[in-house]
Amino acid sequence: MAESTWQVTEQLDPTSEVMSLQMGPSHPATHGTVKFNLKLDGEKILDMDVEIGYLHRGFEKMCEQRTWNHVVPYTDRLNYISPLINNAGFALAAERLLDIQAPERCQYIRMIMSEISRMADHFTCLGMAAAEAGAISVAFYALEARETLFDIITAVTGARLTVSYARVGGITQDLPAGFAERVRSAFKDIRAVMSDCDNLLSKNRIFIDRMSGIGVLSKEDAISYGVTGPLLRASGVPYDVRKADPYLFYDRVDFDIPTGTEGDNYDRFSVRFEEIRQSIRIIEQALDQIPEGPVRVDDPRISLPEKKDVYGNIEGLMNHFKLVIEGVKIPPGEVYQAVEGGNGELGFYLVSDGSGRPYRVRVRPPCFFGMAALGQMLKGYMISDIITTFGMVNMIGGECDR
Amino acid sequence: MADTTVLAKVEAALPGKILESSTLHGDETIVISRDDAPLVFRTLYDAPEFAFNLLVDVTAVDFFGKEPRFEVVYHLKSIALSHRLRVKIRVSEDDPVVPTVSSIWKGGNWLEREVWDMYGIRFSHHPDLRRILMYEEFRGYPLRKDYPVDRRQVLVEERDPVNDPWPRR
Repeated sequence: MAESTWQVTEQLDPTSEVMSLQMGPSHPATHGTVKFNLKLDGEKILDMDVEIGYLHRGFEKMCEQRTWNHVVPYTDRLNYISPLINNAGFALAAERLLDIQAPERCQYIRMIMSEISRMADHFTCLGMAAAEAGAISVAFYALEARETLFDIITAVTGARLTVSYARVGGITQDLPAGFAERVRSAFKDIRAVMSDCDNLLSKNRIFIDRMSGIGVLSKEDAISYGVTGPLLRASGVPYDVRKADPYLFYDRVDFDIPTGTEGDNYDRFSVRFEEIRQSIRIIEQALDQIPEGPVRVDDPRISLPEKKDVYGNIEGLMNHFKLVIEGVKIPPGEVYQAVEGGNGELGFYLVSDGSGRPYRVRVRPPCFFGMAALGQMLKGYMISDIITTFGMVNMIGGECDR
Repeated sequence: MADTTVLAKVEAALPGKILESSTLHGDETIVISRDDAPLVFRTLYDAPEFAFNLLVDVTAVDFFGKEPRFEVVYHLKSIALSHRLRVKIRVSEDDPVVPTVSSIWKGGNWLEREVWDMYGIRFSHHPDLRRILMYEEFRGYPLRKDYPVDRRQVLVEERDPVNDPWPRR
């Protein structure tokens, strides 16, 4: 009995057999509940099916149960590294449904804060990707830079990650005193950190070998998969929502769109690195241009009244009550608003039925498309390349599965 | 912002195929029937004056209590010409099927799986239509308006993750 089993296993050559391997759903290098169903020839990936799992946040279903402004905290949790971009995107979409424009100062603040968020997002992605490729000190430098940015965000919004800064028709509060000086001095530190990271990585043999020529996605495939953001630009397509469909005041500032040539992980890394520099440029221009003025629209049907009116007179109290309980009444209609998130085009498709609650809130999450293309990117590469490529897709669980 | 002539061009290029068209808040929308969908999407993708090479999004809206109940909503974008278009197909609850666009845009594959998962709208000729976010044993479609928000589903038995990660449909 035992002898015959031995013979059977000897006949099968384990190296020629296609092996099924499941990586995840709680692999230390996968952020979130992602599972890769791999078909392997040795260490080479023959086929890869990605299961993105489900965090059961139920974002879109929850939005249908709440008023428009209650959606703002939920949008924070979509991409919790750059929540201010999600906030701005949702608020802009709702404002387009209302046919109003937030005051100019508010728009500038949203733009500055979006770019700070984008920098934090890229630093997180780059630092973690470097750590996964073995460069742990770069990760600490990047996290240090990110903390500098989070300190600014905390000073403005009062929270590190769950900022809830936007409102329909404005933002919660104005910038704190001395904001511009603080940002400018923070940028000095960040530039120093960036040049450190650059020195550590740009001529580093190990890093280049692990990133260069890995996870190549052609221009045509990238577009066909709907991939946007740094991944698409690394493949050589200069598509950026900030330039293609300018929102806020991105048409008033001067910046470049960095693109790659190969569409590999090294290009994705470089594109993100360069985008941080461009964000600094945008913020510095915006800080010079920002005017004084209100930060919310002056309309009692949209903006909450001042606290002194809420506690001081009955009209203010009623106004506050109606807005909190019933919500902002948005006329029936539908709108699609795209903003450039940290990972690409972040779109909000809103349908209103005229009540105080959204009828439908749909988010177009950028990293969902990156994950869809991941199998294509990795076919023919090695198991160890999954780590770096997945890091460059920068999947955020909250955004990917809603 | 979007080029306002796209809608006129689409109407001129596809006479009789467009049931309704509208412009709201700067977004241009056409409504087509599902029988015309393969032709319309192919034209929008191929014709050089449209060149909608980016499938931005596919989603659905559940107008519960109205007939037809579902609207499948496609957002298209042309990177080269920088214009956008929204395409809608209305389907009824009894026969919620629309043709797939995953043969034109590869990204359609996952997006349609998600719409199937969340709304129970099927996509004919889809190469791999299975649930993407929920597990296969999950009953009902969570984003339908009549799916209760406060109920729970029973835990399913563990299945063989290696040989049968996805049960047969």
